[in-house]
Amino acid sequence: MEKKLSIISFSGDFDKLTAVFTLATGAAAVGYEVNIFFTFWGLDAIKEKQGRSFLGKSPLTKAFGFLMGGLKVAPVSRFNFWGISPKIFRSLMRKNNVATLEELVEYAKVLGVNLYACEMAMHILGLKREDFIPEVKDVLGVATFLKLADDGQTLFI
Amino acid sequence: MATYQLDITKDHCPITFVKTKIELAKLSKGDILEVLLLEGEPLENVPRTSTEQGYNVLDVSQVEGPTYKVTIQK
Repeated sequence: MEKKLSIISFSGDFDKLTAVFTLATGAAAVGYEVNIFFTFWGLDAIKEKQGRSFLGKSPLTKAFGFLMGGLKVAPVSRFNFWGISPKIFRSLMRKNNVATLEELVEYAKVLGVNLYACEMAMHILGLKREDFIPEVKDVLGVATFLKLADDGQTLFI
Repeated sequence: MATYQLDITKDHCPITFVKTKIELAKLSKGDILEVLLLEGEPLENVPRTSTEQGYNVLDVSQVEGPTYKVTIQK
């Protein structure tokens, strides 16, 4: 039976998303079936608009949408310094030939990593299926995700 | 049957074996991929994971210093 890795991507932090996509691409490249379930802040990683935009249904969710932003404005979990640190990290990664977060996401798509969005978190944040990249395979709830993750390894990041 | 080259000497985990996997997927059965890589993690991982996924590792040879060539057949 094919090996399987399922990751619950909860954090929208640059460094934690880098961990999610490093594990996901690495596992997919060695033949694992990989599922990533994006919930809450993690949904930032799969937004079509990677910068800041007023995504959401109400004024409140639109404000949240703007503050959260997408992949390009993800903060680091420590020493963010108003968004300066992610820029420094990106330049260090390029300088040292380490894949950047954006490159890892592209590799994940090429390798066929299954990307799923959490229905409940989307509802809270006023996000629609169309707000996400087309590679998002489906919108799921906990029960369906658990079924997908069954008989494999599961991580919460 | 064609032979292709891939240089991953400047890459790091997991891109070393991610690139190898993507290149191998593009090939036709019987084609050969010559992978240039460095000793250490890539040299340990690339031949092992290629074998695990059903590819045929024909040869592993040292090119120069820490650089090795791994020949894989699809």
